Amino acid sequence: MPRQRPYRIGTGAGFSSDRLDPAIDLVKRGQLDTIVFECVGERTLAFGHRDRQADPAAGYNRLLEARLRAMLPLCRAHGTRLITNMGVANPQGAAEVALRVARDLDLTGLRIAVVTGDDVLGHITSDTHLAEPDCSVAEIGRIPIGANAYLGAQAIAPALEAGAELIITGRVADPALFLAPLAHHFDWADDDWPTLGGGTLVGHLLECAAQVTGGYFADPGYKDVANLAFVGFPLAEVDAGGNAVISKLPGTGGCVDTRTVKEQMLYEVHDPSAYLTPDVTADFSNARVSPAGDDRVQVSGASGTERPHDLKVTVAFDGGYLAEAEVSYAGSGAIERARVAGQIVEERLATVHGIDAPCRTDLIGMNALHGIQPEQSSDIRDVRLRIALRSPDRQNADAVLWEVEALLCCGPAGGGGYRGRVDDSVLTYSTFLSRNKVRPSVEVRTA
Amino acid sequence: MSRTIELREIAHARAGDKGNRSNVSVFAHHPDDYQLIVDQVTVERVKNAFAHVLRGPVTRYTLPNLGGINLVMDEALGGGVNESLNLDSHGKSWSFMILSLTVEVSDAVARRLEYNPNSGTTP
Repeated sequence: MPRQRPYRIGTGAGFSSDRLDPAIDLVKRGQLDTIVFECVGERTLAFGHRDRQADPAAGYNRLLEARLRAMLPLCRAHGTRLITNMGVANPQGAAEVALRVARDLDLTGLRIAVVTGDDVLGHITSDTHLAEPDCSVAEIGRIPIGANAYLGAQAIAPALEAGAELIITGRVADPALFLAPLAHHFDWADDDWPTLGGGTLVGHLLECAAQVTGGYFADPGYKDVANLAFVGFPLAEVDAGGNAVISKLPGTGGCVDTRTVKEQMLYEVHDPSAYLTPDVTADFSNARVSPAGDDRVQVSGASGTERPHDLKVTVAFDGGYLAEAEVSYAGSGAIERARVAGQIVEERLATVHGIDAPCRTDLIGMNALHGIQPEQSSDIRDVRLRIALRSPDRQNADAVLWEVEALLCCGPAGGGGYRGRVDDSVLTYSTFLSRNKVRPSVEVRTA
Repeated sequence: MSRTIELREIAHARAGDKGNRSNVSVFAHHPDDYQLIVDQVTVERVKNAFAHVLRGPVTRYTLPNLGGINLVMDEALGGGVNESLNLDSHGKSWSFMILSLTVEVSDAVARRLEYNPNSGTTP
């Protein structure tokens, strides 16, 4: 029974800018049925919309072409399917790139499926209620630039039925990118909630790539991890019941142990007994992890209940500009000089430039991230002043950079290493939409 | 007799973000220390220690199977990744903020940590 062998699925990217060499290695040596490149987050989706506004052909992942050029020939040679949400805000545009790459590389007949229907901007009105910050779209006072529903595994299923070798999507719930090929391979029923819960846990563990193989984990002296420079990306051997062994390729850096798996199991999870996805309300509360050999961990016991009726939707708005400017002070009195410098900038932004929006002033090296003053600050002799401001007005953003740079001559003694940048900014909020209103569709194109 | 140590000596943690909500999972290195974490890393302690960052309710889930807890902190990210002016707009470093809490451990636990200071990994 070919369906009873474990299904081998791995991760080629866990976020938009992830490394490429571990993905190449995984397809070459992993004997994978499917590799998934998960590349969409709340930030990247919003930036995709912004890119597409500027250029209608853009809006997909910026590493798409480089990744496909490296991966498509390997995937074909090894019989591995590639599923990715690198379509971001423009899956059709991404498919055009894929067709061109496939033809360039003589991958004749490559079947490329495009999953669309996540774009639900047409359903967003000024009355649409946003769950966070609990107000209407109108109250935000900005025009929405994009709205995407989180599609589930069923949206991808027709692409799998059609035998696509490359599947490109926009916004799909991250674990669904993995659940879809598992459910298709094992023929799991759409309402087999416990098994779908198990498959969702496998997807959740894999979706951030190295975060389950020793990345985002090392704490020297407490949690030592070898060779993160060449950390291996994960693969799972999944059985028909939705249980799995998580591992990585021999000889790669990093580690897979019960600690890395447990940390990733709760990553971005709130109630572990009710992890909401479009496919199932997954329940990780009774999941078990146990060692199963070198860099191998067995995961079992996840379950699930009925899926939510509504789909989560991320609504993106133009957020104006984010200005950040920094300058450093070192040696005796560094903290006092940096503090005075910060006060000077704050005073001039208010009085000379008339900016009343609050800027943020940090002393990097002291309290920038957690806002907690160290008890023994007298030993600190190297601090970096940072001033940050978000504004719809480009002139205000530029004023932050100007005033911090002007400290070089007009501020306290010994300030150096000025850097400043202004970035476009986006805001994202969530709402919910009945799944009846969301109509996913799949188009298959042949290179 | 007891000793006061940083939570980091007996536990490991990971932070995640969704919107303006942060979650930090905290796991005991040694299974014997799970109950100590449940007893001492309470919602009240977390809220009080980091009140300047955590502006909303804190919820805690206990996971005896995994030997850990999950702290879910609302209004904890200055608006979330796309809105915060914090250098760490995801709150990726919130795990080490939580691990900086102190806990009281018995002499027996302290002795175990001294013998095996570089990880309480399950022996």
